[in-house]
Amino acid sequence: MDENLAAIWLTLRLAATVTLVLLLVGTPIAWWLARTRVWFKGAIAAIVALPLVLPPTVLGFYLLLTMGPNGPIGALTQSLGIGLLPFTFWGLVIASCFYSLPFVVQPLQNAFEGIGERPFEVAATLRAGPWDRFASVALPLAKPGFITAAILGFAHTVGEFGVVLMIGGNIPGVTRVVSVQLYDHVEALDYGQAHWLSGALLLFSFVVLFSLYTFNRRASSSVGPRV
Amino acid sequence: MRRFTIQFLTAACLLTTAPLSCFAEQALIAVASNFSSPARAIALAFEQESGHSVRLSQGSSGKLYAQIYNGAPFDVFLSADTEKPALLVKEGLAIEGSQRTYARGTLALWTIDDGVIINAETLRAGDFVRLAQANPRLAPYGLAAQQVIASLGLTQALAGKRVIGENISQAYQFVTTGNAELGFVAMSQVLVDGELVKGSLWRVPQTLHSPIAQDAVLLARGLNNSAAQEFMTFLTSAKAVSILHSFGYSVESDALGPVGSVEKTDG
Repeated sequence: MDENLAAIWLTLRLAATVTLVLLLVGTPIAWWLARTRVWFKGAIAAIVALPLVLPPTVLGFYLLLTMGPNGPIGALTQSLGIGLLPFTFWGLVIASCFYSLPFVVQPLQNAFEGIGERPFEVAATLRAGPWDRFASVALPLAKPGFITAAILGFAHTVGEFGVVLMIGGNIPGVTRVVSVQLYDHVEALDYGQAHWLSGALLLFSFVVLFSLYTFNRRASSSVGPRV
Repeated sequence: MRRFTIQFLTAACLLTTAPLSCFAEQALIAVASNFSSPARAIALAFEQESGHSVRLSQGSSGKLYAQIYNGAPFDVFLSADTEKPALLVKEGLAIEGSQRTYARGTLALWTIDDGVIINAETLRAGDFVRLAQANPRLAPYGLAAQQVIASLGLTQALAGKRVIGENISQAYQFVTTGNAELGFVAMSQVLVDGELVKGSLWRVPQTLHSPIAQDAVLLARGLNNSAAQEFMTFLTSAKAVSILHSFGYSVESDALGPVGSVEKTDG
C-alpha cells in the first residue's frame, strides 16, 4: 500500500511539473503557430503533432536511444555535466513533455487563432506594444484554451504509460508512476491491488477534471462578450 | 458401408490436401514473448512434420493468462513461468497432467562492450552506474537475477544501481542502448545460432539461482484438437530440443545446460 501511495505522489509531482513546463514552452509555440505566415508553418505544426502517431513504447524506445550515452541528447547532457536522463525524474519530465506537447499546443493554438486580428488592431491603435498586446489581450481571451491545455496535459501525463515504461527503469519513488505500478499489479495477477489503485486513480482524476471543467465554464462565461 | 464411407472420405482428403495429413487441424498457441522466436522455429518444424497448422499469438504471460481466463480461443499456452499454467489447471481452464517444462532459461550477465571479461567480480567491484534486470515480480529471469545478486551478498551494495525492465526485452534494450553498462538478460537474447554476436557475457552459474523453468499446458479448448495435442508432444521431441539449444535454452534432461560456443567467455 505504501508503494501505491509513493507511486501516486510521484505521478502527481510528474504531471504537475510537466503541465507547468508545457504551458511555458507550449504557449510561445502555439502563439507563433497561430500568428505566423511563414511557408514552413505546416511542417512545424506537423512535427508538434507527431508524438500522437508513434506507439508510446516505440516513442519511449527512441527517447531511450537519443537520451542514452550514444544519442545526441545524451551527449549534450553529459557534456553539460548533468549525466544521463533515463531512469531519473527529470528524464521522465522531458520525455513526458515530448509526449504531451500536442495536447497542450493544439488547444492554445486554437484559442489564439479564435481571437482573430481585430482585438490586436484595436489594441495597437491604443498604442499597446507587441508584448502588451500579448499579455493584456491574448492571454485573457485565450484563458479557456489555457485551462483545456492544462487539463489535457495533466491528464495525459497521469495516464502515460509506454514512454515511462521504456525510459523509467521502474525505480520506486523516482520513476515508478501509478500507471506502471498498476500494470505490474495486473501482470502479477494481483488483481485486488490493481482494482484498488485503478479505482483511486479514476476517482481522483474525475474530481480534478470535474472541478477544472466547472471552473472553466465559469471562467469562460466571465470573460464577457467577444469583440 | 460405414467403412466404405471413411475410405472414400480419406481418399477425397488425400486428393485435395495432399501431402498434408487428412486430419490436419489448426491450433492457436499463446506464447510468452520471450519465447516467440524459438516458438516460431518449433512451429515451423512441427507444421512440416505433422501437416497441422499452428498460429502463434505472443504476449506477456500475465496478459495471456488474463486473456485465457476470460475466454480467449487458445489451445496451448507456452508460459514463461510455472505458476500461471498451474493456476489455469487449478481453475479448470487447462488439462490436468498436461503441464510440462518445455524449456529452461539460462541467465547471462551481459555488456555491449566486446572482449571484456565479466563475472561475479565485476558485480562485486561495482564499477558501473546502472545494472539492468527484468522485474523480479513479473519475469522469471528478473527473479533469477535478484537471487543471483542476493547469493553474492550484493543486494544492499547494488540497490542504487539497479534499473528494472518490465521484462527481459526491456532489460536487453537498456543495455543495448548503452543506458546501462551491465544487464541480466536471457542467453537466448544474445545468441544467434548458438554464437554470441555482440558484447561480452558471463553465463551465470545455475547454482546461484533457482531454475528458470518455462511450462507449457494444454488448455481446455485444445483437448479435442489433435494439432494442439501433437504440438504438446512435439515440444519435447529431439527436433524441438535441438531448436531450443540453438536459441540458448536448455531442457530438463540436459545435465549442464546447452553446449554452446559461449563457454570460453565464462568467468
